[in-house]
Amino acid sequence: MNGPGTSPASRLPKKPSRIKHYLTFILIVWMVWGSAVATDSTFRELFTGLPEMWKLIDEMFPPNWRYFDNVVPAMLDTIRMAIAGTTFGAIIAIPFAVISASNIVKSPWILYPARFVLNLIRTIPDLLLAALFVAIFGLGLMPGVLALAVFSIGLIAKLTYEATETIDPGPLEAMTSVGANRIQRIVFGVVPQVAAHYVSYVLYTFEINVRAAAVLGLVGAGGIGLYYEKTLGFLEYDKTNSIILFTLAVVLLIDFISTKLREKLL
Amino acid sequence: MIELRNVSKSYPNGTKGLNRINLTIGKGEFVVIVGLSGAGKSTMLRSINRLHEITEGEILIEGKSITKAKGAGLRRIRRDIGMVFQSFNLVKRSSVIRNVLAGRVGYHSTLRTVLGLFPKEDINLALNALERVNILEKAYIRADQLSGGQQQRVAIARVLAQQAKIILADEPVASLDPLTTKQVMDDLRKINQELGITTIVNLHYIDLAREYATRIIGLRAGEVVFDGPVAEATDEVFAAIYGRPIHKDELLGEAAL
Repeated sequence: MNGPGTSPASRLPKKPSRIKHYLTFILIVWMVWGSAVATDSTFRELFTGLPEMWKLIDEMFPPNWRYFDNVVPAMLDTIRMAIAGTTFGAIIAIPFAVISASNIVKSPWILYPARFVLNLIRTIPDLLLAALFVAIFGLGLMPGVLALAVFSIGLIAKLTYEATETIDPGPLEAMTSVGANRIQRIVFGVVPQVAAHYVSYVLYTFEINVRAAAVLGLVGAGGIGLYYEKTLGFLEYDKTNSIILFTLAVVLLIDFISTKLREKLL
Repeated sequence: MIELRNVSKSYPNGTKGLNRINLTIGKGEFVVIVGLSGAGKSTMLRSINRLHEITEGEILIEGKSITKAKGAGLRRIRRDIGMVFQSFNLVKRSSVIRNVLAGRVGYHSTLRTVLGLFPKEDINLALNALERVNILEKAYIRADQLSGGQQQRVAIARVLAQQAKIILADEPVASLDPLTTKQVMDDLRKINQELGITTIVNLHYIDLAREYATRIIGLRAGEVVFDGPVAEATDEVFAAIYGRPIHKDELLGEAAL
């Protein structure tokens, strides 16, 4: 009887099993616990380490403001590295973006290898890239610029080709109908539609590169990072602190300007 | 002159988009193609400039086969065929004048057009085209600042700047209001009559077709079921093309005409 008085529970389909959720939970707990044991990280370590941390922070304050004068040239180098690296990367990213967009290049023999190269580039951390280039070209700014350029290609090309794939195909069709060749179609139908996006991605990459450039000196690729290593090595934590604050101020300023510019663009 | 010889288009799944179409369209004609959506109007129009490929038959433009043309030869034929689209297909972020000048790229080298170095005559041509469709004052405004009707007139100006000998218009007024529809159709007729450009238009509205066409072609399921002067295209003929009596929404209404 399916009258109004009978309980609907008897007609309900069977409840889905919750066993999957429990198993997932157990798996996660096991992984976290296992990783903690394997890396020797325990709460006891954290507590016994606390006084050390306080001592370090205590030594960092007050920051050594006079040290600023020594690091200003290095900070300028860091920004120059980011500008040069981003610019070179942005230029080389253009052809990569074009040959990776499936609505421009139809041949899978070009499309997939190009995208594979871009994916490969993005899996290499910039610090590792810098270390590689230092090994090849020696200490200095040049390997830092190259590392940032390579990293920028991967990021800008990927973002740009994804933006290219979402453009309105109408203008391309119109350009085909007026008798335009392949390059004219791209210049008149695609470029005006993605130019603003591209510039925005270049600025975004520049923001990331300023931050990355600040630590590249750790592997000998020039810039302010060199001074982190130097002051930490000599246990001059007050100086380290002033560099940290300086870097923070510069990064925040550049982020602010870049974000404002990008808002205007799109 | 445009000749379609035994043109068929079948899709990989076996459906026929066009079925053995034979047509000859003479210079200076104003042809309107009517039919239900899915009857093959758009497919036929787009196979004339080969935006769509056909699977059988041949299409000749001024005696030259566009079906067999390749590379530069194909682009040369396309240069003489202007197209107006339902969705205007302007680059919205570019200025009006740049959109019109885009119609000139087929006449110059790649390098010259990429650098934007259009000769003075081209710029005059583009400005004259804008003047002809009464939109000259918008030349330096971005295309996305214009209304739908204005954008379609820019698209017509692009075709004029292209100095096309044939204009294909695929539902050019489908996204416009009745008043703008009349302006755009008037522009097309004026160009057809004053410049003698062969014009082929796909239309949804029957009364609009009667008002502007010199010849009406009816398509049904990819086949030509009517081809004749406007005088012969009676309500019965339209009912036959549509396979049912005419609906009210297939008439634009007297107000606009």
